[in-house]
Amino acid sequence: MAATLPASAELEARAMNREEPPPRRRFSPIGDLVFAGLARGAAILTLVLLAGIIFSLLIGAWPSIRQYGLRFLWTAEWDPVQERFGGLVMIYGTLVTSIIALLIAVPVSFGIALFLTELSPRWLKRPLGTAIELLAAIPSIVYGMWGLLVFAPILSRYVQLPLQKASAGVPLLGALFSGAPVGIGILSAGIILAIMIIPFIAAVMRDVFEVTPPMLKESAYGLGATTWEVVWKVVLPYTKAGVVGGIMLGLGRALGETMAVTFVIGNMNQLNSLSLFEAANSITSTLANEFAEATTGIHQASLIYLGLVLFLITSIVLAFSEFLLMHLRKAEGTKT
Amino acid sequence: MRLLVRASSAAAVVALAVTTLAVNAQEVTGAGASFPAPLYARWAADYNKATGVRINYQSVGSGAGLRQIRGKTVDFGASDMPLTDDELKKDGLVQFPTVIGGVVPVVNVAGIQTRQMRLTGALLADIYLGKITKWNDAALAKLNPDLKLPDAQIAVVRRADGSGTSFIFTNYLSKVSAEWKSKVGEGTAVNWPTGAGGKGNEGVSAFVQRLPNSIGYVEYSYAKQNKMTYALLQNAAGNFVAPEDVTFAAAAAGADWSKTFYQILTNQPGKDAWPISGATFIMMHAAQDKPPQAMAALRFFDWAFKSGDKTAVDLDYVPLPTQVEDMIRKQWAQIRDASGQAIFRP
Repeated sequence: MAATLPASAELEARAMNREEPPPRRRFSPIGDLVFAGLARGAAILTLVLLAGIIFSLLIGAWPSIRQYGLRFLWTAEWDPVQERFGGLVMIYGTLVTSIIALLIAVPVSFGIALFLTELSPRWLKRPLGTAIELLAAIPSIVYGMWGLLVFAPILSRYVQLPLQKASAGVPLLGALFSGAPVGIGILSAGIILAIMIIPFIAAVMRDVFEVTPPMLKESAYGLGATTWEVVWKVVLPYTKAGVVGGIMLGLGRALGETMAVTFVIGNMNQLNSLSLFEAANSITSTLANEFAEATTGIHQASLIYLGLVLFLITSIVLAFSEFLLMHLRKAEGTKT
Repeated sequence: MRLLVRASSAAAVVALAVTTLAVNAQEVTGAGASFPAPLYARWAADYNKATGVRINYQSVGSGAGLRQIRGKTVDFGASDMPLTDDELKKDGLVQFPTVIGGVVPVVNVAGIQTRQMRLTGALLADIYLGKITKWNDAALAKLNPDLKLPDAQIAVVRRADGSGTSFIFTNYLSKVSAEWKSKVGEGTAVNWPTGAGGKGNEGVSAFVQRLPNSIGYVEYSYAKQNKMTYALLQNAAGNFVAPEDVTFAAAAAGADWSKTFYQILTNQPGKDAWPISGATFIMMHAAQDKPPQAMAALRFFDWAFKSGDKTAVDLDYVPLPTQVEDMIRKQWAQIRDASGQAIFRP
């Protein structure tokens, strides 16, 4: 870098003096070819890896796919003794905990990003931003232990028990809060996941909010817009691609999180109540718990099948976010 | 040229070192059950001090241990769930027990101390089936007239990961409850009808210690070292017994090891027998590709039976009776090298 700077300055100076145009620098064609080849190779490698992962998942899951087919996706029974396997409980647990996590994390992250970019006093910006980035660096097992040892008892004593008392006898709400007051289950897993993905979403949102040209914002403020109006009508439309990207990043992390979820979800393979406080299971948690002890071939194959399903869920989420962005862009096109 | 000579002589030295290593087998690897892992680690450390031979034991779980010994990636596998004689024959494996331990029901109910609550196997099965859901259930109250049982839901806790502990526990429940046997069955991982799952003994104990009105099950040594509140259990003879060395040994004494080592020590008939006892097992190939490794492994277990009993007791395991250890040494004659010679010679 340092070496090229003076050279380009010299070139500029020469151009200013209207001398002969500088001789065209020729790169050796071999170096060019090698570099292009390497770059292309790196890109192809990613595709090969992806194909390899899908292929090995398919091979590993094949006994289970052959035996259960697509029925696997909506069968709730998971019985290693009778060797009957279905993935509905884990798929349900993965999706519901991630949705709960997003429902909590997106508004909070939006608030954090908004505060940091628009409202925060200058001296607070740095420490607060660093603190949020630090949160992202905490290992997930620490969140898991904290969730199990500290958060779950609090949740059961101060949230679940009062809710159960208040909703006793009410048909739908009662079912939503039923279950032994252990404080672990779908809701606590969702909340722990939310805490884990907030820093990711908030950091991305803050970064994209900051790239909004000041001129746009100042014009809006100059027209008498409130902070809310500026963020809602100027900043968000300008940065929506980044915001959606940040949310998807968080969702991806929530779908794939393993250790923290294992600690607080309760790891129960039954789907017999709607309760948010009922112990459940997620795909990753089942894999972590059962893989080492999966003695029979079909048990292991079913676990790999679950892995394949998670892979597909993640792909669908990604495709959906692309679709959403495309749709947003189209809507933008029709308006102007 | 001189460099080449030096390099090749260095290679020769390395090759020599490798071959002597193979002959003397200074390093043996095993993998499997996590329940005996603390003991195997201590035995390995003591044995290394005494003989210089290194025993690497990876605590990866019984199922993974079996997979690794079948794939011959380790010299011995370890499992809390014994293989039946047919399974052993199919894979060409020999199995023998090493130590005995027990699984104990632990509870966390305000005001109830350790060894105060009385439980029966049938009650335990009903709790884990989700049929008894309150601590003041009539059946529990009848068994414990002196205790003040709360009007609270029972928070059932069990293992989430597949484990030998769960195998011993569910094997016992299958023996004492027909309903458990038909609905759930036995295994390292089963389709639990109710309850929250903790990962490992430490996960279960963390749940039980922190959740009021909970019940769980853990390895005895784990319960003892963490001073957990455990319950008395009615054994097959009708007596209420506490989990301790004597009652585990009583369970082991009732088993007939002479025909097969496939012995599951749950619900044993002895009047003092702790009903949820179990041995942990080692599996090795009968036909050995690597005789030196096998010999080193067998010598290690021979040494452990001779001089490792005190370590086992210190760590709250129960050593096998001496006559069982002798039977095991006899059975080692089945482990042979390519020429059909028995590898272990006492």
